[in-house]
Amino acid sequence: MSLTILLLVVGALLLASLLVVPFSRHPLGRAALYGAVGTVCAIALATSLGALLGGGEPSAHTLPLGIPWLHARLRLDALAAFFLVVVNLGGATASLYAIGYGRHEHAPQRVLPFFPAFLAAMNLVVLADDAFTFLFAWELMSLASWALVMAHHRSEGTARAGYIYLVMAGFGTLCLLLAFGVLAGAGGGYGFAVIRTQTLVPWQQSVVLLLVLLGAGSKAGIVPLHVWLPLAHPAAPSPVSALMSGVMTKVAVYGLIRIVFDLAGPPAWWWSIVILIVGGTTAVLGVLYALMQHDLKRLLAYHTVENIGIIFIGLGLALGFQANGMPSGAALALTAALFHVLNHSLFKSLLFFGSGAVLAATGERDMERQGGLIHRMPITATTFLIGCAAISALPPLNGFVSEWLTFQAILDSPNLPQWGLKFLVPAVGAALALSAALAAACFVKAFGITFLGRPRSADAAAAREVDRFSLAAMIFLAVLCILAGVLPGFVVDALSGVVRELTGGGGLPRQSSLPWLSLIPLSPARSSYNGLILLIFLTFTSTLIALVMRRLASHAVRRAPAWDCGFPDGSPATQYTAASFAQPIRRVFGSTAFAATETVEMPEPLSLQPARLQVRVRDLAWDWLFAPIGAAVDASATRLNTLQFLTIRRYLTLVFAALVVLLSGLALWQ
Amino acid sequence: MAVAADWMVQGLQMLLVLIVAPLLTGLVRWIKARLLRRRGPSVLQPYRDLMRLVRKEVVLAESASWLFRAAPYVAFTAIWVAAALVPTFATGLLFSWSADMIAIVALLGTARFFLALAGLDVGTSFGGIGSSREMMIASVAEPAMLMAVFTLSLLAGTTQLSSVANFMLDQAVGLRISLGLVLVALLIVSIAENARIPVDNPATHLELTMVHEAMVLEYSGRHLAMIEAAAFLKLLLYASLLACVFAPFGMAAAGDGPLAYLTGIGAWLLKLTLAAVLLALFETSIAKMRVFRVPQFLGTALMLGLLGTLLLFVTRSV
Repeated sequence: MSLTILLLVVGALLLASLLVVPFSRHPLGRAALYGAVGTVCAIALATSLGALLGGGEPSAHTLPLGIPWLHARLRLDALAAFFLVVVNLGGATASLYAIGYGRHEHAPQRVLPFFPAFLAAMNLVVLADDAFTFLFAWELMSLASWALVMAHHRSEGTARAGYIYLVMAGFGTLCLLLAFGVLAGAGGGYGFAVIRTQTLVPWQQSVVLLLVLLGAGSKAGIVPLHVWLPLAHPAAPSPVSALMSGVMTKVAVYGLIRIVFDLAGPPAWWWSIVILIVGGTTAVLGVLYALMQHDLKRLLAYHTVENIGIIFIGLGLALGFQANGMPSGAALALTAALFHVLNHSLFKSLLFFGSGAVLAATGERDMERQGGLIHRMPITATTFLIGCAAISALPPLNGFVSEWLTFQAILDSPNLPQWGLKFLVPAVGAALALSAALAAACFVKAFGITFLGRPRSADAAAAREVDRFSLAAMIFLAVLCILAGVLPGFVVDALSGVVRELTGGGGLPRQSSLPWLSLIPLSPARSSYNGLILLIFLTFTSTLIALVMRRLASHAVRRAPAWDCGFPDGSPATQYTAASFAQPIRRVFGSTAFAATETVEMPEPLSLQPARLQVRVRDLAWDWLFAPIGAAVDASATRLNTLQFLTIRRYLTLVFAALVVLLSGLALWQ
Repeated sequence: MAVAADWMVQGLQMLLVLIVAPLLTGLVRWIKARLLRRRGPSVLQPYRDLMRLVRKEVVLAESASWLFRAAPYVAFTAIWVAAALVPTFATGLLFSWSADMIAIVALLGTARFFLALAGLDVGTSFGGIGSSREMMIASVAEPAMLMAVFTLSLLAGTTQLSSVANFMLDQAVGLRISLGLVLVALLIVSIAENARIPVDNPATHLELTMVHEAMVLEYSGRHLAMIEAAAFLKLLLYASLLACVFAPFGMAAAGDGPLAYLTGIGAWLLKLTLAAVLLALFETSIAKMRVFRVPQFLGTALMLGLLGTLLLFVTRSV
């Protein structure tokens, strides 16, 4: 039943993307489309939530579509249901947000048709139960999002972002295609049910892991395959950026989990080493890159890379426990990872909505031209602040809970027998702690420079609060961030079905029936956390202090110019900027992490030229990996160009030579 | 009855940390002054400072937003709650299970987050420099603290601070290398987090080297009183934390009688005095370091914490 509704939802979304084409320039068409998409997503959300909480048997369905002998197989199990919740929660809030935000869209005909198609494709990826449907939906997701990235194709940098995204998406799909090829084996069974029954030899499993890591990882944005992400995510319209960062990366994580935990068979212990190294590196480098950005949306996009790293750390630990037959540890680590998937989809969508609101209000993405928006956009600022606090893992919000669970999983891992893991896990723990601390610095910067201080441009000084729909979407997500942080037991319980399905163990003990709704993942003697008590405690204490201060303290408040150590300068240019805020951290980490260089141009005495400080921060993945590949492709293309101007005789010789080489290759293979 | 007693103990601890905190700072200042052969202000001076600040009017910068006015309350609350969860004279506090060591570290992070934002709120260069450097220091100090927490929790098999204290108290822990590493790491982090010499100078003003004081430069009146009180509490918190982990002698267990609690309080006050003497001695014997030497100093703590964790991972037999 649930599956049927979800399939109808996918169908409705695809239909909507076709139907909207003639009306896409009309304001009513826009509102109607986003309203309808939001409603449909809300239905899908309710259905998948029901399926997740109901915990029934997986339901499957076969549609007579696609390749004739295969048909399109679809299946709804707990894992799929959880990711459908994430997808449709993001979809519903993004639609709500877009009802208002879409007003600022100057080319709606390039956004409207692809928006529902993108959502439908993401739903379909999660529902797919055979390799063909999965890859088809995956490619549809890539293409629809590519079209949305290219919506503002005349803006500077968008064309380049779109091109790089297209190349990386193609590469990712190719890797997944090959991975499924290996999984299906010689028999060519492309249904997931058939793949599950097959046993692969270890080298095949390793090839699958590597290909999936490249394929799904490039979509999720692991370092060093992340280069497209900070270009493409910010280039799209803000609700789409939120979907790409908050939801599409999670669909990529779903692909990884589905293949590695479900299809590829029992894991080897060294898989967790690979994933942990990738996760730890991604987490630290992602947040360091984010800290160096001064474009608000690009900062958020880079920060997505960090969060993917945190999710990968959880997944890697889960694999390590799983491979060693330690189901409780695996359940804990997997719960942490999935909890972070949900959390990140909540606060990253919220923050992208906020950045969209800033963009709509000031017309600027550059933080160096913002400032003081908290005075003119109080609600946006407050919700953005909640998002920032949540993503910086501050208690009692939700980001802290998933990081806390990940830390608990790390503390549970000394029992892992392999020496490689024993050495690696503490280092990964340090990387996680470092990235959490740097994330706080990053979001002090993001919020502080954008919303606090004095306006750095006329646009920022004239900003207005955004419309009600956008605000409603942001408030809704902010409330969810608080709820998930204060009542984490319910989320952990909702995840227990997924965890049991994937680890085969009993999962974590039931949380929501514990006294005071505390979170006790392993045993009360080991660790417990209670966001609710903490919130009550904090609220009670601050109220008490406020009352005491009200009674005892002087009430006098005088407004005066800022003191600033007696340095009277009214110019907002004397404030700290995004670049200057990040300067100490750049000094500490920058020279190694991204070859940061500073050049100072001091004018001669008596010269009237301004002094200049130029800071260059490079993405090393680009310099060391992608630029050489690009150069090699260019060079070989130039060389091979001569092949286009041969005589017919030479062409025939070439064809013959190719035939001989292929046939001899075949002969050797046999 | 037992529940009521638990509430009493928890409430007593909250009150006690609030009352003792300014005294500890006053004591450190007084000993430092004596070491420099000055007479020094009375140890009660911090109380008088707080009272004076509370009675004064608040001068608010024109560009300050609501966040600027809310931040002192948030920071003070977060630190007070954290301080209330660190066992001082008795273990097994009523709420100690609601937040473990990781949560306590994160609560301090919450306080820092809001103060750093407040530093940026008015839009002055001093506030910015303070926030930016505070976050830089925290970006190394917090992981170092967490690694120290990891080592302790691996050793004791729990992340609950009360249980760690009990573990240290009950069993023959003996001398452990990782424990020594953690002690050094925690000391370094405590110095950095409390903005003490050599990382920062709590007594300075109008210097480009200042960090924490620059961040809260725009505050006045009752807001400044809250921030000062929060700083006092934080010093007390770290001193109690070190005492409860490395010198848990004399602490009362949950449900002991009033006499045990009294002994506990006495022992705790003694430990605090010792901590004040040591801190003052250390501060007078060392010079402040340049800002960009601080990450190296803290990096040492991070590495020590990591080494401690690594040692425990490696020596754990399966």
